Amino acid sequence: MSDAPRFAPGATVRVKDDWPERRGPCHIRTPHYIRGRTGQVVRPLGAFPNPEDLAFARPAPKRTLYHVLFAQEPIWHEGRAGDTVMVEVFEHWLEEA
Amino acid sequence: MAAPPRPESLALLDRLVAALEAKGIVTEAEIADRQSNTDKASPETGARMVARAWTDPTYRALLLSDGRAAAEAMGVSMAGAPPLGVLENTPARHHLVVCTLCSCYPRAVLGYPPGWYKSFAYRSRAVREPRVVLAEWGVSLPDSVEVRVVDSTADYRWMVLPMRPAGTDGWDEARLAALVTRDAMVGVAVPRAG
Amino acid sequence: MPDDPRTPATHDIGGLARFHCTPVEHDEAPPDGFGKRVDALRQVLAQKKLMTVDELRRGIESIPEGEYFDLGYYERWLRSIAALMVEKGHVGPEVLR
Repeated sequence: MSDAPRFAPGATVRVKDDWPERRGPCHIRTPHYIRGRTGQVVRPLGAFPNPEDLAFARPAPKRTLYHVLFAQEPIWHEGRAGDTVMVEVFEHWLEEA
Repeated sequence: MAAPPRPESLALLDRLVAALEAKGIVTEAEIADRQSNTDKASPETGARMVARAWTDPTYRALLLSDGRAAAEAMGVSMAGAPPLGVLENTPARHHLVVCTLCSCYPRAVLGYPPGWYKSFAYRSRAVREPRVVLAEWGVSLPDSVEVRVVDSTADYRWMVLPMRPAGTDGWDEARLAALVTRDAMVGVAVPRAG
Repeated sequence: MPDDPRTPATHDIGGLARFHCTPVEHDEAPPDGFGKRVDALRQVLAQKKLMTVDELRRGIESIPEGEYFDLGYYERWLRSIAALMVEKGHVGPEVLR
């Protein structure tokens, strides 16, 4: 229940390769193209009530949100090396890599 | 271009509002009031913030560290609005904002999102081939510049702080603000002087 | 198609090949009267704590794929808002017909 962010800026993290939308009704804010991918924490953005709960009007404990940076080219196998995509990802979607 | 709503949708809206009114949940006056409030937000607000950041280092630091406070410092009411994050373009990095999952947009400082921002084409392509999308809109960036796409997926709303164009030395804030388009604050355009 | 466990949900369209060759039209028009009214209604309902933006999104995301891509932007919003108001018992199901 600690509010302290688990990951520090610069930490390498992997986004869980989880597909809850295939298991039934859900609402998630982790886009498909970063699942299973490794990126770097840019910075924690604060803690926010979990949208996965808010979407169903359930009690929504706060979760730390991070800006995570990914290299573009490995995701799409196209584009220019060095270009990046930065995505807001909740802590419960991240694991150490 | 966006097609007009279907007659069924117009009828559904009328039925829904009538049912909510009958239950005493909403009134037409409340809806009209909200709409006129929303109509007041415009990209001119964001443009004034950018111009001020170009001329005032203290404000620039505030804008980059706390967009909400920077908007409030310009007289914008941010009550109930999501946190505002500001992305600084540099000679080495260009930011482009998209929301692939829906259409999150910093409405408090830019107003209603334009149709293209909500389009399926922009939502799906900007994140995958940003340089192609930019080139189609007349923006070509050198290979030495990192293009950083920002997918607005959660609780923040993001706006870009573009670079001040060359040839604007000595310009006052109002003149600078006139150069700052909504597109530049989304990252699909680059401000130019003249 | 949804047999692939890594198939994204309908709304999760980042990088989707089906739009690869679709130009981004310069559609600058502000919302029409219908769109602004739907938008304002959503805000009023949110202010009154009758729905969250997360619930709105969940409702939009549950629109079947064919209709999701066929309906206009604020038509999708309206579908979601109306379904939510019925689901929460604020209005009767006859509103949807």
